[in-house]
Amino acid sequence: MIHFLTHDTEDNVGVAVVDIEAGADCIGRNLSDNKTLKAHSEEAIPLGHKIALKDFKVGDDVIKYACVIGRISADVKTGHHVHTQNLKTKRWA
Amino acid sequence: MATRKILGYRRENGAVGVRNHVVILPVDDISNAACEAVANNIKGTMAIPHAYGRLQFGEDLELHFRTIIGTGANANVAAVIVIGIEAGWTKKIVDGIAKTGKPVFGFSIEGKGDIRTIADASYKAKEYVQWASELQRTECDLSELYISVKCGESDTTTGLSSCPTVGNVIDKHCADGGTASFGETSELTGAEHIVAAKAANEEVRKEFFAMFEDYTKLVFDQKTNDLSESQPTKGNIAGGLTTIEEKALGNVEKLGKKTKFIGCLPPAVAPTKAGLWFMDTSSAAAEAVTLWAASGAVIHLFPTGQGNVIGNPIEPVIKLTGNPKTMATMSEHIDVDVSKVLQGEMTIDEAGDVLLDMIVRTANGRYTAAEALGHREYSMTKLYRSA
Repeated sequence: MIHFLTHDTEDNVGVAVVDIEAGADCIGRNLSDNKTLKAHSEEAIPLGHKIALKDFKVGDDVIKYACVIGRISADVKTGHHVHTQNLKTKRWA
Repeated sequence: MATRKILGYRRENGAVGVRNHVVILPVDDISNAACEAVANNIKGTMAIPHAYGRLQFGEDLELHFRTIIGTGANANVAAVIVIGIEAGWTKKIVDGIAKTGKPVFGFSIEGKGDIRTIADASYKAKEYVQWASELQRTECDLSELYISVKCGESDTTTGLSSCPTVGNVIDKHCADGGTASFGETSELTGAEHIVAAKAANEEVRKEFFAMFEDYTKLVFDQKTNDLSESQPTKGNIAGGLTTIEEKALGNVEKLGKKTKFIGCLPPAVAPTKAGLWFMDTSSAAAEAVTLWAASGAVIHLFPTGQGNVIGNPIEPVIKLTGNPKTMATMSEHIDVDVSKVLQGEMTIDEAGDVLLDMIVRTANGRYTAAEALGHREYSMTKLYRSA
């Protein structure tokens, strides 16, 4: 079973395609080259939500579809949930 | 790929429709009651009530007229009764629809009252619906259909599955000589460079940026915060989308991988030749689909993640989702399930073919989920306050 997908090799977040529990070893797949990825969830990631694939500091860009989707507003560690609590738009701010 | 055939209605002007509606069309909000009474009297007709039409002016009035005339002119409509409070604007709408060659007749209420207007219009509506009920479907090419695309209640699964499925269909339909249109101007924010790269030439690219920047200016002029509860919506956020950029990047997956867009259309303006077109629309589902129906689109493809329920009175809206939770909880609203894409059990190309099959079935007469459930959202785009 695949737990998360990335759109492109440059992406630094994955999208959960099942509900991921905290503390799970997860298998992912990158859609641009079909390579298998691995991650460990530090908290629950609901289906459709994003898991951090690296440590982020405030101000870092989050990359998905090989494009910037916003900037980090609170530090995030690998395996944690990336969403409105720590990621903000760079466009309509 | 061999051209797929459908059974459609070829109208007087050659356009192909997939439905055979006789519509009772109000010019203005205060004529809704008379239209609804006529539709109640004469079975098989449909009133399309709406909220506006008085004291509008300038570009806003032009868009209002274009939307109503375009709705009547749509190839999914066989014949039209127009009712307005006064004769002048009623005639303007009738004359606009009459250019298609289809039967259209106008009635105005002033000097006569609702009851006599309803009686007169009912006689005409009965004549029209009996005439229309004898029209036969004939074999047409699928490529003769004008298809519009827009997603709603999106989440991250739309960008992974249902939007690229629509993109696959756009590539196949346009390669086959079909016509299609995308829009949602504000919802391209963060992915406008991707859209621009798909413009057929420099002129089209400049025109796109002019429309995009104009809409962006409107958002910035009117906004009181970062729109983080409006764009993305609460539903988008519940589904995992965090920012407008992320939403837009999923949205533009609908444009396909190979197709270039050949022109930019103001809202509710019909494409002038086959190919993919950008239309400057709102991103709100009912408003946007109303504009596409008014531009002549006869089938709408609607990817959803969290489960949008929208329909349109005259343009069948085919919904697809890749979210297995939405399939489990809201399947009555979904026409095509592409959730196998997420686990790699279905390719985007296979999903595209499944959607094409559903387009053919819908064109041949199958009711969409939205039609069966009675969703007839008809929402005018209003540009500014009335005089």
